[in-house]
Amino acid sequence: MSRHRMVRSMNYEDEYYDDEDEYSRSVEDSYCISPSTAAQFTWNREKNVNFASYMNNEEVIDEGDEDAEEDDSLSQHNSLSDSANSAKLRLSEIDQAKLNSCLEEARNILGESTPESVLVDVIIENHFNLDAAVNQLLTQQDVPKPQREPRQRRNRSQVFTVPASTETTSLSDVGSDKHPSSTDSVLSAPYPITVPTASVVKPTIVTPAASSAKATVGFLEREDGMVKKQTPPVSPLPSKKSGDAGGLKLKIDAANSPRSSPKTVQQQKAGKKAEGAVGGLAEGNGDVAGRELAGTHLRSAVEMMGLEGDEGTIQSTVDSMKPLATPKSKSKASKLDVMAEYSKRHGDKELLNLVVIGHVDAGKSTLMGHLLYQLGSVNKKTMHKYEQESKKLGKSSFAFAWVLDETEEERSRGVTMDVAQTRFETGKKIVTLLDAPGHKDFIPNMITGTSQADVAVLVINATRGEFETGFDAGGQTREHALLARSLGVGQVIVAVNKMDTVDWSQERYELITKKLGQFLTRQAGFREADVTFVPCSGLSGENLSRPPTVPELVAWYTPAVTLVEQIDKLRPPVRPIDKPFRLNVSDVFTRVGSGFNVAGRVGSGFVQPGDKIIIMPAAMTATVKNVYIDEVPETVAFAGDQVNITLSGVDMVNVNIGSCLCDPASPTRSATRIRAKIVIFNIAVPITKGFPVVFHYQSINEPAVIKRLLCQLNRNTGEVVKRKPRCLVKNSSAVVEIELERSLCVELYTDFKDLGRFMLRSGGHTIAAGLVEEIVQSKMRQNGSS
Amino acid sequence: MKLLHRDMDKTNSGSVTLIPEESEDMWHAYNLVAVGDTIRSTTIRKVQTESATGSVNVSKVRTTLTIQVEGIDFDTQACVLRVSGRNISENQYVKMGAYHTLLLEMNRQFTLNKQEWDSITLERIDQACDPAQHADLVAIVMQEGIAHLCLITPSMTLVRAKIETSIPRKRKGLCDQHTKGLHRFYNQIIQAFQRHVNFDIVKCVLIASPGFVKDHFTDYLFAEALKMDDKTIIENRSKFVLVHSSSGFKHALKEVLADPAITARLSDTKAAGEVKALDDFYTMLQTDPDRAYYGVRHCERAVENQAIEILLVSDELFRSQDISQRKRYVSLVDSVRENGGDVRIFSSLHVSGEQLGQLSGVAAILRFPMPEEDEEEEDENDSDDD
Repeated sequence: MSRHRMVRSMNYEDEYYDDEDEYSRSVEDSYCISPSTAAQFTWNREKNVNFASYMNNEEVIDEGDEDAEEDDSLSQHNSLSDSANSAKLRLSEIDQAKLNSCLEEARNILGESTPESVLVDVIIENHFNLDAAVNQLLTQQDVPKPQREPRQRRNRSQVFTVPASTETTSLSDVGSDKHPSSTDSVLSAPYPITVPTASVVKPTIVTPAASSAKATVGFLEREDGMVKKQTPPVSPLPSKKSGDAGGLKLKIDAANSPRSSPKTVQQQKAGKKAEGAVGGLAEGNGDVAGRELAGTHLRSAVEMMGLEGDEGTIQSTVDSMKPLATPKSKSKASKLDVMAEYSKRHGDKELLNLVVIGHVDAGKSTLMGHLLYQLGSVNKKTMHKYEQESKKLGKSSFAFAWVLDETEEERSRGVTMDVAQTRFETGKKIVTLLDAPGHKDFIPNMITGTSQADVAVLVINATRGEFETGFDAGGQTREHALLARSLGVGQVIVAVNKMDTVDWSQERYELITKKLGQFLTRQAGFREADVTFVPCSGLSGENLSRPPTVPELVAWYTPAVTLVEQIDKLRPPVRPIDKPFRLNVSDVFTRVGSGFNVAGRVGSGFVQPGDKIIIMPAAMTATVKNVYIDEVPETVAFAGDQVNITLSGVDMVNVNIGSCLCDPASPTRSATRIRAKIVIFNIAVPITKGFPVVFHYQSINEPAVIKRLLCQLNRNTGEVVKRKPRCLVKNSSAVVEIELERSLCVELYTDFKDLGRFMLRSGGHTIAAGLVEEIVQSKMRQNGSS
Repeated sequence: MKLLHRDMDKTNSGSVTLIPEESEDMWHAYNLVAVGDTIRSTTIRKVQTESATGSVNVSKVRTTLTIQVEGIDFDTQACVLRVSGRNISENQYVKMGAYHTLLLEMNRQFTLNKQEWDSITLERIDQACDPAQHADLVAIVMQEGIAHLCLITPSMTLVRAKIETSIPRKRKGLCDQHTKGLHRFYNQIIQAFQRHVNFDIVKCVLIASPGFVKDHFTDYLFAEALKMDDKTIIENRSKFVLVHSSSGFKHALKEVLADPAITARLSDTKAAGEVKALDDFYTMLQTDPDRAYYGVRHCERAVENQAIEILLVSDELFRSQDISQRKRYVSLVDSVRENGGDVRIFSSLHVSGEQLGQLSGVAAILRFPMPEEDEEEEDENDSDDD
């Protein structure tokens, strides 16, 4: 027997590893042929390197020109990088999918010989017609490529950090982002070597409209460098050439210099100056702070810069400048800028952190997996693979859940165990989806997820009997709803799932909505207006993103609102961007090539690469090397964003799950004993002093003891009912002192609403929700809380 | 523990001679010895002799000393009891009044003399010398990233290893890091397990966790044992019991021991009984708060009214250095017994005892409800808990 088992477990392990390998690449399973997958993820020198060479070579550039249609006068080579750039930005999801599939095919034919950017351009130009694109590419390949100059290497390294800005900047056609004068923008631009696109303008480099060039000391040497640089690239138009060279050089400088704000400023100046030196080639292409300038202002600026070109081109330049969304000014000093940027980004699409909660087996993962699939976040190939594999395990109904449940164990058991995080876009929102586990043993994980969320989707299993078990005492529906409310989630969409199992019965739906509506508004404390109901089916995908088609449902469900539409209606909360930076670490992991990363949600304030931060409670300082949102490097992340941050200057052992990264100017305090107001839920045994609890705060859970019961409060009015009660019974409210086993970083509720909440659990039940009122005792570490 | 000799007069003063036989007995001894007692045992003493010529000779001699106790120190990890004090019987090596620290060892007899043996201490001796088999068990309470390896004896819960690792979460495309982290964590537990668990003594191994961690770990443990060719683990497979717990923290042991499946298996374990009693207390507090009292003043008042049915006391209180404090608790216990009440003395080393200790150390379930009088003792209570 035992032997048999051992064998089994060994096989299991092996299988596990095998699969693991696949999963780790699963993102790109669509291109499941390994070379292309590899090409996508392993960094390939051939791929993006050659821009510059293309740039200076008009013939090559001919091909890559998308914008030619728009403006014949464009110098084609200028538009190369831009078109690729803009194409990337503006592609709709469908187009993107087409592009991807074409790309893959093209790769198969052409191998790695052609840089991806060129491929992309050509494919788009040919309207996703594979044959045409390949033909064009093959003819083009005959053209000899210019020698690559050594400097480009560095640029390339930037290239890779890059695409971040793209999502926020809806550049229409513009190379403005690449203006050399702003380091940031350079970094964020997908293609390093940049010839400004507003290609109308012959001289490539554009000065920030608003500011006149100021000479700085630093600038002079740059200029020298630039002048030296001018020689290597040979291009037909001398003026252009020098402009390019200047831009190039400057960028290189920018790349080399650390990304601290003063330097940036300096560089900007240098950039400007350089342009001046080149001889009035420069024109306005504001990507500097001045980007927000009114159109007229811009226009005059542009004109002043001595543009060549006619009225129309100027206009286009101006236009191109106006919509720029992201001024990536790095200087933290200018808070206004940051706010402005935030509001702009906000205007683009609102960010929403959405957690999916509900009783175990309510179909949370399936619902969301299917939604992601419908919204195109999961491609068909992957889905097909999941279907096949889940069928093999005899769990074909779990295929959609596999989109989110990635670990082997979750899949084999058919239960979500840890929060899965992913991201999708709807018409109006960018949604960070947190798929919480429903099983009661994993409520700590669910708390972690919910504490990072703004809004919730409560999934209900409409099947007869199932709703009741989930909703009755001991079911997670109640507990999850209460937890979500206590953790600051204000709006909830109730997705009445598995309606197909009850034949889309209106009665059933109404029964559930009535019961739940009462519970959510009366007991859990949601406002009536903030609770909405949607009937749907995660498995069949009914009423998720597309209006319902099942006649039984259509018959009574009017007006038909789909889940996605409902999500679009949610209002994101006001985010505390003006507060000092805080980030509670929810994960620490290493990644090949980028040192070690921490993940978490920015609780307040904002963070940029290059910022100095303090890690509490270890009280270590570190520098933010990179900020990633959804695996894309960003130049700034605001409160509410789910980020990965690469840190440098600190050892990994000093950062744990639960550590807090904070602004050195106003660091968080670590506490071992806190006074808190708690609201006690329906508990079996009363709370006395000395009661051992598990303290859940953000992503941490720590043992703690209730040390003192200070007073019992009236639950509604907050008046003191009794001082020093002997015990606290269910459904009461009180002020208590809690002692933690070791120091944690907590925030007062009065300072940071979101970060001042915690939950207390004991024996597998949530017993109370609390707000931190005061830090009674904090053990100072060596550096103190400096 | 073996009781060799007992000599007590009417006033309950006198001496007993005991031989501790296992580490658990050290804990009992720790609870018996109080400041002011005299204790006699063999020990090793470094002796300096000066010859006529003035040369100094240092030698270690084994000698028997009697000291008057001034300090007691119990090391839970090594289960060693150190008693320090002044010598009160001069011999050829050690002068009168010289300080010495006795290290009470297993299997070496000692004689303890007290001015007054109270009921608690006498009961403790009886209990310690009870030859009934003790069920020793090992419990591993774990959750992802945290594990406690505890050795549970009738009157002690000893944390032998606390393992804490951060495990990267699952993350798109990086699931293998999670798995690796998990395996690293399991390996650490297995190492601790091999180091601390002796299957000659241990009757049962409890593996408790929320979710599937326990199953996963057990599978991993046996797979590893097979790989490492660790026979003891494989042969003792039947001793492993999987239990559910709500978290991996130490106090979750309470739930583990309260699990009916476990209590059946370890019927005579004191720890499980204590957990049950404390749970009863809390249930009473919920259903009828006037019948559940805690805090020494409240309990004393209840005793006056002969109201106490079950008294829960932490043995910590009897180790009090302050004789009058100690007497107060002893008389509390005695009067409850006189009135036909039941007294449970909790070991402060168990989780439940720890919790009781936080709850002022004494609690009672009453026979009939007594309305509480307010506010009088709060200050004292507060001072207790700091």
